Amino acid sequence: GRGRGRGRGQMTFNVEAVGIGKGDALPPPTLQPSPLFPALERRAAPLPGGEEGEYMLALKQELRRAMRGLPYFVKPGAPRRDIERYSDKYQLSSPVDSAIDWNPDWRRLPRELKIRVRRLRKGKTAPLVPKQHVALDKEETIKKLESLEKKEEEVTSEEEEEKEEEEEGKEEEEEEYDEEEHEEETDYILSYFDNGESFGPDSDDNGDEAVY
Amino acid sequence: MTQAELRLCSLLLQEHFGEIVEKVGNSLLRTGPRPLRLLVGDTGLLPDQVKKALCVLIQHNLVRYEVQPRGSVEYVARSERILRILRYPRYIYTAKTLYGDPGELLVEELLLHGHLSMSCAVARVADRLTETMEDGKTMDYSEVSSTFVRLADTHFIQRCPMVPESSRSANASPPPAPALAIAEKDMYIVPRLSLVGKGKRRHSCDEEEEAEHKAKRQKQEGGTSETPPDDGIYWQVNLERFHQHFRDQALVSAVASRMDQTSSEVVRTMLRMSEVTTASGASHTQPLSSNEIFRSLPAGYNIGKQVLDQYLALLADDPLEFVGKSGDSGGGTYTVKVTWGPGASRAPPSPFQHPSLIPLLPHRFGSRCARIFRLLLRKKHLEQKQVEDFAMIPAKEAKDMLYRMLSENLVSLQEIPKTPDHAPSRTFYLYTVNVMAAARMLLHRCYKSVANLMERRQHEMRENKRLLEKSQRVEAILASMQATGAEAAQLHEVEEMITGPERQQLETLKRNVNKIDASENQVDETIFVLESFIESTMKRP
Repeated sequence: GRGRGRGRGQMTFNVEAVGIGKGDALPPPTLQPSPLFPALERRAAPLPGGEEGEYMLALKQELRRAMRGLPYFVKPGAPRRDIERYSDKYQLSSPVDSAIDWNPDWRRLPRELKIRVRRLRKGKTAPLVPKQHVALDKEETIKKLESLEKKEEEVTSEEEEEKEEEEEGKEEEEEEYDEEEHEEETDYILSYFDNGESFGPDSDDNGDEAVY
Repeated sequence: MTQAELRLCSLLLQEHFGEIVEKVGNSLLRTGPRPLRLLVGDTGLLPDQVKKALCVLIQHNLVRYEVQPRGSVEYVARSERILRILRYPRYIYTAKTLYGDPGELLVEELLLHGHLSMSCAVARVADRLTETMEDGKTMDYSEVSSTFVRLADTHFIQRCPMVPESSRSANASPPPAPALAIAEKDMYIVPRLSLVGKGKRRHSCDEEEEAEHKAKRQKQEGGTSETPPDDGIYWQVNLERFHQHFRDQALVSAVASRMDQTSSEVVRTMLRMSEVTTASGASHTQPLSSNEIFRSLPAGYNIGKQVLDQYLALLADDPLEFVGKSGDSGGGTYTVKVTWGPGASRAPPSPFQHPSLIPLLPHRFGSRCARIFRLLLRKKHLEQKQVEDFAMIPAKEAKDMLYRMLSENLVSLQEIPKTPDHAPSRTFYLYTVNVMAAARMLLHRCYKSVANLMERRQHEMRENKRLLEKSQRVEAILASMQATGAEAAQLHEVEEMITGPERQQLETLKRNVNKIDASENQVDETIFVLESFIESTMKRP
């Protein structure tokens, strides 16, 4: 029967078949979603230790740390500060949105993804400026001069990866010119300059021998 | 994709590639394949940032692109590949056990960079190995090269699909995206390179390195640059092969626990012989004659031919059907069944008998629940009364456990009507385990667990960020002071900057983070078993 009010919760089927005998107390109805942190009835088994486990643990943490340092870890470009400061010119540059820090094989990627490759101090790559075309011979001469210069200075400051601070929209020639200016103009040894902001692990690179 | 999978993918991308890549990946996973401009609109990021992120994702094989008929390019995220990031440590460790340090570092470099050319990979690994060697010694390229070739021969690494060779005339406009393809037979062919050289330490003559780098990069101006001999040929890690290896390991250990060491060695030999001949989706290895097996047994095992035959017969007769007899030529041919899941006959080896899964149930529900569960697995369908009888558990408890498992969807009820009108009083209600559903449910739980673990770990790191930064600074100071030769007293003073309670806090933090990381590795093992079970069961016709 419908059993409204008469008898407790009558079902359409014979509940004895499922095992609920007469007079058994059914669990109370659930009126709210299950708790976010249900009580633990029994503790979990201990983790298997051993050499394999330890090694894989170390590998995992090492991998995580390494990947943060690779250029594949894309960081947003530094926001423009309101006033241009003099120290900006000499700082180890922060990430830039409009450039990619590694050199993918562009032949394997769709054309629309091409973006300027940022030159690093070591191993210069030809930056790909999609829109602006600079006269080839001028670029070559500048490149030759730079590579000669670099060979001189490479030995002295290898451990520093000195990237220039690039502002958006600068043309290629201007950047190259800037870099030359950098290297000729300063009497100050750049490794000595420390405005105190990068007091963390970054400063490890600056700890090498004095440079003359 | 379930919510749990999405959340886990997000966390993995964020932890290894940063927020920007995470946002792009998220958008692709949740909303499906889309072209570039829609992505930019969705994520609210700058176009250049999105382009960078896509380059990274494609480099690591986490996203692929498809050229649509109308010329636009759509990007599709590969969610199952993203989840593999969890397993990277296991791949690297396996390479280490099989091929030593060069193998380990080769696989690690390939995983870190997505894909690399052989010359690049060998150079990097040689440099890294040289760093760890004593002063004055360097690692020769040839040793690393030979390990590379061995990895390729056993299919642990494979070639990436290549850019088509088509010569483009000046008039024809190049397609918006290259159609990469590779033939199966070319996948493991190592290009003939004579890589001569030694690894370099970081602060040794950089001019040579400079020249090398110049040679490797492609210059637009052309002219004096040399492209490396294996230009355009990139290698990636073959994850499927590693999975096959893990599965073989599990099989061997299952045999060892069920029978004895020698029989597990026999099975291991059989698997090793058919490593590269077994297609990745096959359910059995190629048939091997017992003569061949006898010849290939490892040198230390001197068991007679008759003994081997006896072992093979025993293995073939075992109800779990690890090994099947497929013929009589050459002294009897045998195959190894390499899928999880039910065989042709009675007792199916389900994933729940795998060593990593057996503890799952007792620890969550109690050993009696586990007993009922195993009973149901074996007997398939049982009535309430029968469960109580077979499991020897009092009715009340049995009922309670069954309902709990029912509410967790580990067991289900099957109705068998006696009369056509399905009257409830005249219907049998049988409890049964739906293995696929239970496996899927557990897998979903595993994804959720790993995501929870990762979030908790990140939370712990965030909470203690200030302290961590401080300790890093102190370490940096200590290191620089030691380099400039400070006295012990000064060093001690600097160490004192971190107080006792802070040190303890750091210890606790480190212990917790280690525990969480180890748990993540552990859950990933379970994920592997469940995933390969589900995959192989679905593949069977």
